[in-house]
Amino acid sequence: MKKIEAVIKPFKLDDVKEALNALGVAGMTLSEVKGFGRQRGHKEVYRGEEYRVDFVPKAKIDVVVETAMYEQVVEAIVRSAKTGKIGDGKIFVTNLEQAVRIRTGETGRNAI
Amino acid sequence: MKRLFPLLLMFVCFTSPAWAGDNPPTPLSNKAAIDLVQTHADYVWTLVAAALVFFMQAGFALVETGFTRAKNAINIMMKNLMDFAFGSLAFWALGFGLMFGVSASGWFGTSGFFLSDFQPGGDPWVLAFWMFQVVFAATAATIVSGAMAERTKFTGYLIYSVAISALIYPIFGSWAWGSLYKGSGWLENLGFIDFAGSTVVHSVGGWAALAGAIVLGPRLGKYGKDGAIRPILGHSMPLAALGVFILWLGWFGFNPGSTTAANKDTAMIFVNTNLAAAAGCVLAMFTSWIKFGKPEIGMSLNGALAGLVAITSPCATVTPFSAVIIGAIAGVLVVLSVLFFDRIKVDDPVGAVSVHGVNGAWGTLAAGIFNIGGTSAKLIGVQILGIAACFLWVFPTAFVLFKFIDKTIGLRVSPEEELEGLDITEHGGNAYPDFEVSSYGGMVTGTAGVSPTPVAVAMTADPGPASTI
Repeated sequence: MKKIEAVIKPFKLDDVKEALNALGVAGMTLSEVKGFGRQRGHKEVYRGEEYRVDFVPKAKIDVVVETAMYEQVVEAIVRSAKTGKIGDGKIFVTNLEQAVRIRTGETGRNAI
Repeated sequence: MKRLFPLLLMFVCFTSPAWAGDNPPTPLSNKAAIDLVQTHADYVWTLVAAALVFFMQAGFALVETGFTRAKNAINIMMKNLMDFAFGSLAFWALGFGLMFGVSASGWFGTSGFFLSDFQPGGDPWVLAFWMFQVVFAATAATIVSGAMAERTKFTGYLIYSVAISALIYPIFGSWAWGSLYKGSGWLENLGFIDFAGSTVVHSVGGWAALAGAIVLGPRLGKYGKDGAIRPILGHSMPLAALGVFILWLGWFGFNPGSTTAANKDTAMIFVNTNLAAAAGCVLAMFTSWIKFGKPEIGMSLNGALAGLVAITSPCATVTPFSAVIIGAIAGVLVVLSVLFFDRIKVDDPVGAVSVHGVNGAWGTLAAGIFNIGGTSAKLIGVQILGIAACFLWVFPTAFVLFKFIDKTIGLRVSPEEELEGLDITEHGGNAYPDFEVSSYGGMVTGTAGVSPTPVAVAMTADPGPASTI
């Protein structure tokens, strides 16, 4: 199994969700995070003082898929999350040791 | 039945003079009756205006909490709640008498404590007048809360609230307004104009706020060693804006209500009030736009308030055209003043000193310059004298008071308490228990210059005491 973490622009969330559902990926976990890469935030002003905000709000989706299909999933995320502008985000893929469905106790591929 | 009716009618007509009592109407009794209606109208207007000014307490509370961090929201609410509650009692016990009591010297009153001027069954005008005056006193008191936000010990603030309402405010007030009741002030006797209190209320609050901010020192992380000024972001611009709208509304009681009479003068005062606020708001927005590249909400809101403060003194004695000019200048002045106080490292989270102190002085001066009856060196001189007298009385007195509190029970909370948030440390509470609040101390990370140490404070919706990490 592979765990795919995708840090994306928050307004792209629905597009990514639809793309994943179309592939048959049934579940995912969402976190609201902040981050930056080479984008490095933007300038704001408050009561007369300028300041930089480095950390920009992003959405992070975690999905767990069978190893055989992870490349398709990554490709789908890239396609649906991309705007072509700076700050589109990143995807990280890791090997997953185990998965368990709490209600039934199923493990492995029956749990995802 | 039909025949009975005309008989009944005749009976009523011929006997009604007897029913009217022994006194048929005379010109004199008519005049008395008409005067009574006017008196009743005076009461109604004065008390409605008092209620409007009371509602300004909500405005101040919202502006202050909007411009400060969520972890201190309960503390802001408590300070605003209590400076009104304690202030009301202090003004009832001592302040009103000092301000409006019989004044042999012209420097303070000596009668009317505990509302002794009122006897049950006697003339209740003193009650209406007191009600109107107490909400003014409370306005002066609550101004200071904003400048001292996010780092002041609650107990220290309570002591200050009593002192300003009982002593500092009313003594100056007696110099300018004593004769509105039984007193007589040396300043008003020189011809000082301050119709609704640019100096009496707003500068008194503003200079006390300055003293408090100086004695307290700036919030942690506000100023850097290399001269950096770091913004500490307020947690709700909508609340701040709502607060300004409420203050603007309340000012329609503050200024026109100062006639304490239902008459036609109120119309021009209403218009002047609104025009000055509008001009201040617009000019402050443009000033911030030019300086920082975008129209900024904090400055725009302060601009409206600055216009309102500035017109408070001249509102009854200037033309609407002048009101626009006065408000416009106030709008530019407040932006420059906020920047100035940050440059000299006086941390004023909401701009109270710039809005109330500086523009209170400007408004008082403007009352001399734009006086409808014509200006003169003497008039301007008296206005300046009043401005100076206010500063020389309020600032040192408040400074000594805050120093005294600081040396005895302590005025400022500890750094750990300040970082954790006063809601938890002073009040054992959490203003937004349902919201997962991740506060990096309100500091923005990544500013040029020295980075502040981020302290993450996460408050959760646990039923138990809020946990901090």
